[in-house]
Amino acid sequence: MSVAVEVRDLVKQYPKRDVNAVDGLSFEVHSGEIFGLLGPNGAGKSTTIGVLTTRVKATGGRASVAGVDVIRDPVGARRMLAVVPQQTNLDRSLTPRQNLTFHAAYHGYPRAERNARAADLLKEFGLEEQADVKVDWYSGGMAQRLMIARAMMHQPAVLFLDEPTTGLDPQSRLFLWERVRELRERGVTVVLTTHDMDEAAEMSDRVGVVDHGKLLALDTPAALTHGLSGQAVLELTVTPGPADEPEKILAALQGVEGVERAERVGAGGPAGLPPGMAGFPGMPGGGGAPMGPPPGAAGGGVTLRLYVRSQPATLLGPVATVLAERGAQLTGVHIGEPSLEDVFINLTGRGLR
Amino acid sequence: MTAVAAPAATTAPTTARPSTGRAFLAILWRDLFVTGKEVWVFLAQVALQPLFMLFIFAKVLNAGGFVSDQYKNLLLPGIVALTAFLTALQTVSFPLIMEFSFTREIEDRLLAPLPTYLVAVEKLTLAIVRAILAAVLMFPIGALVLGGAAFHIGGIPLLALSLVLGSWAGAGIGLMLGTLVPPAKISVLFAVILTPLMFTGATQYPWHSLDSMRWFQIVTLANPLTYLSEAVRGATLPSVPHIAPWICLLLLALSGAVFSAIGIRGFMRRAIN
Repeated sequence: MSVAVEVRDLVKQYPKRDVNAVDGLSFEVHSGEIFGLLGPNGAGKSTTIGVLTTRVKATGGRASVAGVDVIRDPVGARRMLAVVPQQTNLDRSLTPRQNLTFHAAYHGYPRAERNARAADLLKEFGLEEQADVKVDWYSGGMAQRLMIARAMMHQPAVLFLDEPTTGLDPQSRLFLWERVRELRERGVTVVLTTHDMDEAAEMSDRVGVVDHGKLLALDTPAALTHGLSGQAVLELTVTPGPADEPEKILAALQGVEGVERAERVGAGGPAGLPPGMAGFPGMPGGGGAPMGPPPGAAGGGVTLRLYVRSQPATLLGPVATVLAERGAQLTGVHIGEPSLEDVFINLTGRGLR
Repeated sequence: MTAVAAPAATTAPTTARPSTGRAFLAILWRDLFVTGKEVWVFLAQVALQPLFMLFIFAKVLNAGGFVSDQYKNLLLPGIVALTAFLTALQTVSFPLIMEFSFTREIEDRLLAPLPTYLVAVEKLTLAIVRAILAAVLMFPIGALVLGGAAFHIGGIPLLALSLVLGSWAGAGIGLMLGTLVPPAKISVLFAVILTPLMFTGATQYPWHSLDSMRWFQIVTLANPLTYLSEAVRGATLPSVPHIAPWICLLLLALSGAVFSAIGIRGFMRRAIN
């Protein structure tokens, strides 16, 4: 397996800043994979992408794209890479089609070839009909598609997508992901940054989580979520018996073999696993404390969440037994796997940036 | 797994191996193409102000008896110089301020396969081309408004050379300003920089006519436009006393080099963090 992007001990210090924006970052992206770079705002993702795309000068370390050292040979690297930024940077003095043909001209494609490529890509990205209008008329989704088409004009080996689906409608997002998967089939390596964890989990072959300029984790989304302590979650909606209290039930459930931790969440809360498996450092106001529902919550049910080590379903029997013994009524069960978002929060904390 | 691997065999082969020269020409072609596409905007930008200046200063004031017939001959070379200088300056500065901030349009060119400083050099080149087009345009416009334009065949080499060097100086200042001035301060650029440049550049008066106003005469020496105005006047009206052409050309070349160097440094700072 060859390496499409290599970052080794990368350091970037902006002038007049005490902290390094990128602080000894190392990772590799394999050829032909979709690689997600995740991290909170200001974690160093954009700076890293900036260095890899020759727009940010590294303070130290090495970085290469498709085997070309981006620091020593930025011109050579620009032939191998393409960037789709978060904000549109289309050339508004040109039509959409001309945006593509001029881009190819900058990269030395002869006229006939650039016209043919532009026609193909406009068609592929569904912009054929509006290829010769003003770029200003384009919606956000169309501009995004045009920028990806433009990026593909010079057949890059590595495509960098910065927050590609921010602000897109669901149709545009699905379309975008289809195209990105197709690019991977054709052997293009895709490096993307995103805040959308579901998307990262679904799209990326591997993800790297970055914070404070350092790599915190790098693996497949499945492996990362699997690695969280308490691999799965069993969420129970329970109506306590007449003389019972939720806290006592929790304590009893804690004793069930296979239960790592039990906590109470808002009564009648959403069945789905809320972001963040509470109790991680960094949250102002003592993260781990169970947030109780208002006394006498409507319906009388309380939601209890069990973080379990084994398959959640196998614990249903023992849990039901404990509840039955206490006269509590089990009214709802939800089995949840931890999501990439939980991994993210676990690694980077809950503090606002 | 090797640390640095060759590009994957599965990636699409890059059919084009662009040379730096081709990339440079393509970027220049983009700007010329856009100039051609917006030719009426370009004409309005470069021609309207000189047209009014000639009309008011040489025609209207002359009709009222405030300026002599001779003055229009003195004014036209100054207007040619002013037009070339300001066209060059504005061709670079204003688009650059926008392209680096709001529109980010320049990013696609910054990612083209050529050294980044050459993108700045392209801007300077374009500015010189547009400035010379504008300057040449001033002669027919002058003839139209004034009923004749002073011209001297023997002065053409000096005229051409001074216009190239003077436009270069203007473009260099434009590059410097375009990379230094934040977009929010764009109006300050007009008030604090353009206006003094326009009026201290010996465009509306020959430099030697300031002999009796020594302090102002010295102030004008700090403005590269003075040397362009004097050189153009020397080329088209050799009989009017002017600063020696070689001094003008030397100082224009020097200004061009210094301001371009500062401008390119500023450009690099903006283009690469």
